[in-house]
Amino acid sequence: MENKVLVETIALTKEFPTKSGSFGKNRATVHAVTDVNLKLYEGETLGVVGESGCGKSTLGRLMIRLLDPTRGQVFFEGKDLGKMGVEELRAQRKQMQMVFQDPYASLNPRLRVRDLIAEPLITHKVNKTSKEDTDRVEDLMRKCGIRPEFMYRYPHQFSGGQRQRVSIARALALNPKLIICDEPVSALDVSIQSQILNLLGDLQQDLGLTYVFISHDLSVVRYLSDRVCVMFLGKVCELGITRDIYANPLHPYTKFLLEAVPIPDPKYRKDQKDMLTGEIPSPVNPPSGCHFRTRCPYATERCAKEAPVLREVEPGREVACHLFD
Amino acid sequence: MDDTILKIRGLKTQFFTSKGVVPAVDGVDVTVRAGEAVGLVGESGCGKSMTAMSVMQLLQHPGRVVEGEIWLKDRNLLELTKREMCDVRGNEISMIFQEPMTSLNPVFTIGKQVMEAVRQHQDVSKAEAKKIAIDIFRRIGIPEPEKRFYSYPHQLSGGLRQRVMIGMAMVCNPSLMICDEPTTALDVTIEAQILYLIKEMQKEKGTAVVMITHNLGVVAESCDYVYVMYAGKIMEEASVFEIFENPTHPYTFGLLNSIPKTTEVKDHLFTIRGLVPNLLSLPKGCRFCTRCDKAMQICTEYEPDLYDIGGGHKVRCFLANKEVMESGK
Repeated sequence: MENKVLVETIALTKEFPTKSGSFGKNRATVHAVTDVNLKLYEGETLGVVGESGCGKSTLGRLMIRLLDPTRGQVFFEGKDLGKMGVEELRAQRKQMQMVFQDPYASLNPRLRVRDLIAEPLITHKVNKTSKEDTDRVEDLMRKCGIRPEFMYRYPHQFSGGQRQRVSIARALALNPKLIICDEPVSALDVSIQSQILNLLGDLQQDLGLTYVFISHDLSVVRYLSDRVCVMFLGKVCELGITRDIYANPLHPYTKFLLEAVPIPDPKYRKDQKDMLTGEIPSPVNPPSGCHFRTRCPYATERCAKEAPVLREVEPGREVACHLFD
Repeated sequence: MDDTILKIRGLKTQFFTSKGVVPAVDGVDVTVRAGEAVGLVGESGCGKSMTAMSVMQLLQHPGRVVEGEIWLKDRNLLELTKREMCDVRGNEISMIFQEPMTSLNPVFTIGKQVMEAVRQHQDVSKAEAKKIAIDIFRRIGIPEPEKRFYSYPHQLSGGLRQRVMIGMAMVCNPSLMICDEPTTALDVTIEAQILYLIKEMQKEKGTAVVMITHNLGVVAESCDYVYVMYAGKIMEEASVFEIFENPTHPYTFGLLNSIPKTTEVKDHLFTIRGLVPNLLSLPKGCRFCTRCDKAMQICTEYEPDLYDIGGGHKVRCFLANKEVMESGK
């Protein structure tokens, strides 16, 4: 791809220490994200999918340094985010914003919508007068499909879909290049979900945004993403162009994941699906070698001994599985 | 032979709040036959869960069934005493809820909770009840059932907890199982397992299932017959193949076309404009008219009935009524 790289992660790893037992004497480590190498190109949408606890949200937060990595680096337009000081990082944050899952929890209930959307403008001292802020808020509200008359309402006066529009307007306030969308439509009803997905698509076209779209819903990811990154227990198992992955998944986990999605058409109903058995192993104590081997029907001895690395198996498609060596 | 298990007729459930009377369920007819899986689909607040709660008579204050009949085989559940209803719940009708953590009691082991369900309805000794519980655990695929018998709910994963709930629901061989969003809180691979388990149990024991969900994929995979609800009313009903093949109500059509699919790519998703109306101030006429692209003059004045368009397919829309369409209003 000839596009410019916007974000690059190198061996990105995040571990969370946990304590349990009396006085926290049993210490353990949750391996949330392990050795992730990714390139995010300008103007694209990278979908990150996986089941709960696979580290997809942690990865999103690491990418904009809302969390500090345990090991590894993140480069934003070639600059190492880990080496930045507080001031420099704050300036950099104008370029990268986030939209969260729960529009009920992510908006301060005591602020009016105008102040919610204007907050980033004030923090970064973008405008000289508050009139300019208000004009900008009005503009953003219109862009995101909220009537500007509602500027002086509180979040509780809005429905879930409208609140998510407010969150998106707030994320857009500083003209960012990158927006991390962490399950932005999971809390919404079907008919509202499609409105928000269309809005995100339109905004990307108009403003040339780059998205990282984190979701557990494979059909939503399919709709919005150019490339997809499938994660399992902190590691990337498959990465490639959306169309190719959905048409021909290579990693056994991707296959099972896609097979498990219920298709909204009874014509495709099957009596017997290929199903994964068992549960997701704990990220505190992941299996040796390949993390997926305990659920994988193709697992061999090698999978227990040696962790597979993500390697390119065909142009634009990377898979971490010994089957493709 | 009449094999109808559940027959709901003209059910109206209302909530008497300080802001006014909320008509959560507004005249609903549902029929479930033996061994059949019936889907109740709709968005949040459409009354699908409240229909189920009315059947179970688990409505919380200030909710109340104000009108209608709920027939379980030959008994009207609304005429039963509290005592009699207790015998029905868990024995003849059982229910599975969305969040298995809040529906299991955290201070008792799962074995004890399943035993309680058994001993409530069957005259068996503790030892026998324990055997029945372990048998059902084995049947629903809980690993090491003898050991797991002594586990507390928090020691199990979400998928296993939902399995325990299904076990508890099936242990008395009910003739009807109501599943209220049984897989919404679960991951896709676990969801597939749970849906498969429900289907297996249904086949094995001939239990009828009412599947309440907002996920059209779940409906397409597991139901035989579908009711689409909107703002407390049934908007369309048909067999699952008919409804996906030939959605006739503009709401059903919009719902089906607004979901992205893994099997196809689109540039733009179809959207239903606007928001779900507030049940306290429903629009006059058809309750969908304010969001409907095909709304006509008549839709804003009169409320349509559920018209039969043949083949067991019924639609609450004037577009499906020949007389109205021909009179050219």
